[in-house]
Amino acid sequence: MDDLLFELSLILPQIILGLVNGAFYALLSLGLAIIFGMLNVINFAHGAQFMMGAFAAWMLLNWLGIGYWGALVLAPLLVGIIGIVIEKTMIARLYKLDHLYGLLLTFGIALVIEGIFRNEFGSSGLSYATPPEFRALDLELGDFFLPGYRVWVVIVAVVMCLATWLVIEKTRIGAYLRAAVERPQLVQAFGVNVPRMMTLTYGAGVALAAFAGVLAAPIYSVHPGMGANFIITVFAVVVIGGMGSILGAVVTGFMLGLVQGITDVFWSEASATVVFVIMAIVLLTRPAGLFGRA
Amino acid sequence: MAEGSIAAAGGIAARHEEAGFLGFTRPQALAFLVLVAAVLVSPFFLYPVFLMKILCFALFACAFNLLIGYVGLLSFGHAAYFGMGAYVTGYAAKAWSVPPELAILMGGAIGAALGLPFGWLAIRRTGIYFAMITLALAQMVYFFALQAPFTGGEDGIQAIPRGTLFGIFDLTADLTMYWLVAAIFLVGFLLIHRIVHSPFGQVMKAIRDNEPRATSLGYRTDDYKLMAFVLSAGLAGIAGGTKALVFNIATLTDVLWTMSGEVVLMTLVGGLGTVFGPVVGAAVIITMQNYLAEFGAWVTVIQGGIFIACVLAFRRGVVGEIGNALKVKL
Repeated sequence: MDDLLFELSLILPQIILGLVNGAFYALLSLGLAIIFGMLNVINFAHGAQFMMGAFAAWMLLNWLGIGYWGALVLAPLLVGIIGIVIEKTMIARLYKLDHLYGLLLTFGIALVIEGIFRNEFGSSGLSYATPPEFRALDLELGDFFLPGYRVWVVIVAVVMCLATWLVIEKTRIGAYLRAAVERPQLVQAFGVNVPRMMTLTYGAGVALAAFAGVLAAPIYSVHPGMGANFIITVFAVVVIGGMGSILGAVVTGFMLGLVQGITDVFWSEASATVVFVIMAIVLLTRPAGLFGRA
Repeated sequence: MAEGSIAAAGGIAARHEEAGFLGFTRPQALAFLVLVAAVLVSPFFLYPVFLMKILCFALFACAFNLLIGYVGLLSFGHAAYFGMGAYVTGYAAKAWSVPPELAILMGGAIGAALGLPFGWLAIRRTGIYFAMITLALAQMVYFFALQAPFTGGEDGIQAIPRGTLFGIFDLTADLTMYWLVAAIFLVGFLLIHRIVHSPFGQVMKAIRDNEPRATSLGYRTDDYKLMAFVLSAGLAGIAGGTKALVFNIATLTDVLWTMSGEVVLMTLVGGLGTVFGPVVGAAVIITMQNYLAEFGAWVTVIQGGIFIACVLAFRRGVVGEIGNALKVKL
């Protein structure tokens, strides 16, 4: 029994860590999938916008004295508005062109955003203290310590993903959205302003990334490169899941975070690459992705 | 060619033109002579190390362009082949005292050897998925380079000796090294040109323009795509290996995703799918980096800005625009 508890205390933190990573993979690949579904653009700037969310939380706290809960609402709003401006001024001009141009454009946007933050804040990380409210949730079982904040991140990510799914599948707006993905011209003919929907969809996807950024701020150090580290793994997650389904993106995100966490226990050197190896295997067996439509 | 297709950006609607000298059309042959003259004369006026950097990246960009310009596949992971080429050449030259000509060929071999499985995986998808897959695979190589003992981790491989070419020419002098780099670049450039104008190259272009039709004509399109991928990766490895000898160093920067982005940027600035665009693009970007180095992170911002400007307003690139103005393919 003691042995089992010991083993568990070794693996459980990694599982939690994996789930936390998975939560971010899920939130980010969800945003990517929504944007891709509507705009047919792979948003390379997603990582930079995630980073902006974390920095927005830091700036709100240190410059304006607005705490975590305020940031959780305000940061996605602010970054989402920036996203809307980006869509209106730049991305909207590319819809008639090869989809690869969208990737190149958003890559350029990511470079600009990252470079600006690197100039302002340097490359080293800033720290964002965990809100004290979560201390009460901390769990200590012998050697095993579980920070309450991480549990909160996993729960709120699940709730957020489910809420997004509900909005898309069960509401009127979601129905318009799904219809516009299938037949934009027809939906437009029914009097729905499809270009505005695309703008708002991009804004919402970006806001989701920023929301994930705020969640990440107390866990990871807040630095300009934090998004780039994440986004490439998230691309692999997207390839594994396929971008056909919203729930698929979420499930794949959590699953791969978990796999990564468990790999870390047994072979820590491989934990950084395991997602890419899984991607290779999925490409060999199901090229369209686990949840993708060919 | 589909309207707005990325591969169509650089070229103009191709008139049927007589292929002359080495398969170049007359304006291309003229441009090639200008290029050769520039390569021969410039080391007497400009700093050879700076020129060698341009030539290494020009070859890298030409290799990348072989894939995007002629097969229509955008690889976002070419840093993997370039970087591993640099590591292997550097390691062979330093640890095993392999002569430079062999070390560079080993760099090319590792690029091609890596390109084979990666290309085999990536060509299962096209378009943006292809880009994401190549990026993800390259990130795997980055993590490998970070952890593998022979790459020297964060420090990279330093103090790589340039060695003695064929046991005769001591490459320590910059100008001697320059002639080797110039020769490698010109041979690589002509090789790519030859590939593009071979029957194999015609099939590549057919696949770019209409893959189902190429398939229906009986071509195994996957084989052609894979072959093009391996050639491109091998040439990128040679470019990386040469760069490692020029600067005596191979580091993580060479395998990082930003390097993949840089080669995309060079090709985009010069003109996707043009013959001379990647060379011009490499020269522009390297020169810019050289002059802006003191501004630190602003270089990233400016590069991002150039990316945005090119995509929004300047999709033909420098050479594509010139060609369009003169109504010739360059």
